[in-house]
Amino acid sequence: MTAHSPRILTEGETSLIDAVARSTFDGDTSARKAAVDAIEANGLPTRRVEYYHYTDLRALLKGGFEPAAPVSEEVARDAGKPYPRLASDACVLHFRDGYYHDFGEALPAGISVTDGLPEAPSATSNADATSLINAAVAIGGVTVEIADGVEVDRVLGLAHAQTGAANTASGTRFAVNAGAGSKATVIERACGPNGNGYLNSSHVDITVGEGATLTYILSIEEGDAASRMGRLTVDLGKDATINLFVLNAGGKLVRQEIVFDCRGEGGHVEIAGINLVGGEAHIDVTSTINHHVANTTANELFRNVCTGRGRGVFQGQINVAQPAQLTDAKMACNTLLLSDDCDFSAKPELEIFADDVQCGHGATVTDLEPSYLFYLMARGISETRARRLLIKAFVAEAFEPMEDEKLEEALEARMDDWLDANV
Amino acid sequence: MLEIKNLHVRIAEDETEILRGLNLSVKAGEVAAIMGPNGSGKSTLSYVLSGKDDYEVTEGSITYMGEDLLEMDVAERAAAGVFLAFQYPVEIPGVPTLTFLKEAMNAQRKQRGEDELTTPDFIKRVRGAAKDLEIDFNMLKRPVNVGFSGGEKKRAEILQMGLLEPKLCVLDETDSGLDIDALKVVSDGVNHLRDPNRAVIVITHYQRLLDHIVPDSVHVLSKGRIVKSGDKDLALELEAKGYADIIAAAA
Repeated sequence: MTAHSPRILTEGETSLIDAVARSTFDGDTSARKAAVDAIEANGLPTRRVEYYHYTDLRALLKGGFEPAAPVSEEVARDAGKPYPRLASDACVLHFRDGYYHDFGEALPAGISVTDGLPEAPSATSNADATSLINAAVAIGGVTVEIADGVEVDRVLGLAHAQTGAANTASGTRFAVNAGAGSKATVIERACGPNGNGYLNSSHVDITVGEGATLTYILSIEEGDAASRMGRLTVDLGKDATINLFVLNAGGKLVRQEIVFDCRGEGGHVEIAGINLVGGEAHIDVTSTINHHVANTTANELFRNVCTGRGRGVFQGQINVAQPAQLTDAKMACNTLLLSDDCDFSAKPELEIFADDVQCGHGATVTDLEPSYLFYLMARGISETRARRLLIKAFVAEAFEPMEDEKLEEALEARMDDWLDANV
Repeated sequence: MLEIKNLHVRIAEDETEILRGLNLSVKAGEVAAIMGPNGSGKSTLSYVLSGKDDYEVTEGSITYMGEDLLEMDVAERAAAGVFLAFQYPVEIPGVPTLTFLKEAMNAQRKQRGEDELTTPDFIKRVRGAAKDLEIDFNMLKRPVNVGFSGGEKKRAEILQMGLLEPKLCVLDETDSGLDIDALKVVSDGVNHLRDPNRAVIVITHYQRLLDHIVPDSVHVLSKGRIVKSGDKDLALELEAKGYADIIAAAA
């Protein structure tokens, strides 16, 4: 018998642990320390961890991280300027390099906000890397309460922007609780400058109360050298609806986990997303929908556009527990591959223990249809413009669940920016 | 306006030669009809004029308004005024017809150094042109050609032709799939575009279309070559006697 040789940490792991050790973050230092210890003991996940089957985090998360420090209000305001807000009348809560900055914007009626990090996600194994990293590096956070029965008439924004500070490792943690019978829209957005190898970690826990409808937009527009580790969990009560839209239009390494738990009958999950994967980006969206009780429904649609040397990943799991009879769940993942060097991996998984359910999934991969391109060009539309028209047509269905046309236009504009840079 | 000399074309994929030394000259203001049996190369000619890359030109030249047409890509040819009315217009899901029309009109205006159309001006033009062709404006809010009947698709082609104001119109079997009333509407649309500065090439199997769009010249295409040219009476002769005699006489 030989003793286990000590684990050799990668530069990314060492750098992450070291940045936390050198930081002066406030808050629950014991949770931070526990998370760092877990990363040190188990390392970041490789492809051998099924949850990370297509994203070798150990190899992909590069080092060079620095602890984040707070910036002045002036710097904080300037850092947000390149990113005009998606909803003009929104109330936005601002986060910079993880820190919360209160610019004194008036909250919409029916919403209250408490400053402070919500409780750290409990995590120990390396499959929980996203949660561990958040527990280690999250700095700012808020808890958002949407009052029972209120139909909120303005959008609430949770906007993270990276300042010019190079290579910081930081993050945010939010809790959003939609009270019974409420209706509201929340936009979470993460932006940052290109060429900055920062790490942004986002953890969000959402509860949607009985009969409530929450629309949540997640717009990921990180800089082209950035790493983002995100996790979003949604707990749905009886007759509750979550309407989640995800746009991935940035980042070098993005891992976004989304977990839904339908815990009350009549709950409905509507999730639509567009993943734009170009340049050298590695974008991984991993979603899990858990149907625990009878009579819940889910509709999931992702449209992916890959180009350059981009690598995209979609893991979509639907779990139907034995009591969850009459579950109706659909999942679709459709991908356009526009270059020879890009790739996309789709892994739909259904695990069904109930016997009277409807569950379906489909995944397709295509290139742009040459006959469409020829027809458009035969009317004088340049190849570049024609390709764009067809790409936008391809993703259009993902916008269908969105009721707010102005918001849709704003997100399309973000997509146009990406197309300008990548297609 | 258009000068085709000794044109040899083959299918890029399997190298089957389709056009074998085709010569054709079309002047500004002229309406030229190309007739011929199945497989004679009529559609190939229309695709080669518009620049489809499934075809390979192995010999010969196409000169359009003094320029080498073969040097231009599909969009450049269209922007320079070459318009192909498709035999089978393509359905494009997800692209609204109005978005497509605006994009196409502005692309060509840009090419000519003109300002982009304002939305009200654009809508006004489309409404006017749609009315002339008896097209319901609401249909244009649907994706390009999706769910259009055969006749609606052909009308939509002529609508595009009217809006884009091309210099050389190539109509590839525009009469196929049209009932008698629709044929009249479409022909009126084409006749409306007849202009001393515009040439039209009408590719068809049948004399019937040429009763409505009366050609200045008629050319018989067989096995990839023009084997006989004449005036509109040649089309009547073909209708009466069929292709066999003329092709045999030319051989």
